[in-house]
Amino acid sequence: MSETTALSTAGAVGTAAQPRFYLTREHHPENGTLLGFWLYLMSDCLVFACLFAIYGVLGRSFAAGPSGADLFELPLVALNTTFLLLSSITYGFAMLEMQRNRLRPTIAWLVVTGLLGLCFLSVELYEFAHLIHDGATPQRSAFLSSFFALVGTHGLHVTFGIVWLVTLMVQIGRRGFIPENKRRLMCLSMFWHFLDVVWIGVFTFVYLMGVLP
Amino acid sequence: MSAHDDTAVHGGHHDDHHHDAPGAPHSTFKGYMTGFVLSVILTAIPFWLVMGKVFDKSSTTALVILLFAAVQIVVHMIYFLHMNAKSEGGWTMLALIFTLVLVVITLSGSLWVMYHLNHNMMPGMMPGDIHTQP
Repeated sequence: MSETTALSTAGAVGTAAQPRFYLTREHHPENGTLLGFWLYLMSDCLVFACLFAIYGVLGRSFAAGPSGADLFELPLVALNTTFLLLSSITYGFAMLEMQRNRLRPTIAWLVVTGLLGLCFLSVELYEFAHLIHDGATPQRSAFLSSFFALVGTHGLHVTFGIVWLVTLMVQIGRRGFIPENKRRLMCLSMFWHFLDVVWIGVFTFVYLMGVLP
Repeated sequence: MSAHDDTAVHGGHHDDHHHDAPGAPHSTFKGYMTGFVLSVILTAIPFWLVMGKVFDKSSTTALVILLFAAVQIVVHMIYFLHMNAKSEGGWTMLALIFTLVLVVITLSGSLWVMYHLNHNMMPGMMPGDIHTQP
């Protein structure tokens, strides 16, 4: 009883004395999720920066083994680059359909994106299998260790991107364009385009510069 | 009440069809197509430079294709990731600049230090190091 009186007097004093000049609730910026996801992407960028630095340092340590010029097949890399670039633009089309609130075209474009991602992965796995069959395993030289670490990490990101894509397709099919699903689609959009940005670095720094004499 | 406060704060510009996702980047077909066409061009030229062996010196080729990669990354950032100085009140741009500084330090620092390390630790460079070995 004494507590309630104390509280009420305190409250009366607080409201009656003077107006307040501070926010009574915590201020959340709009779309905090998108900003947070962007920060995650930036930290992921640092992971790739470290892997690129390792490749930059060790990329010419062949240990009398095969070099990039012996191993890399540029037409295959060009094909892979095409797949990833096309998947970027088809994801963009899916986002445009989402803005118009059209469910079926969105899912159709997401399916195309996923298939292009799978094409990219299968070409990359074919390349890896080919290298390992030829004896160019990660254990062969420092160059190959850093190559497999960098390109493999990127491939792993694409794999999880596809898992995320399938999950979101199921979510959209079940619940439609609720705000949560739109937010998730926007996060995956950033992730997917970010992977394409990393791939620009990979095909330039690893493949194209690797075959230069 | 809180909703009214928010709209009052963001009353500067009104977007007609984004009430469910405020602050979301507004992407257009034209923007995506511009980015795509630019990316195709900026990808095709480096592949042509390397596969066609256009330049005699490989250092020239390396420099040029690195330049093309940098330009293409900027194109992707603008047209696909919708980066600008205004999104999220400038915080995405600030995070990006901070990350770029770290990336440049990581890459150039590693290459610079390890190059000189390799250069200076060649066998036989240290005077009398064979005798000091246990």
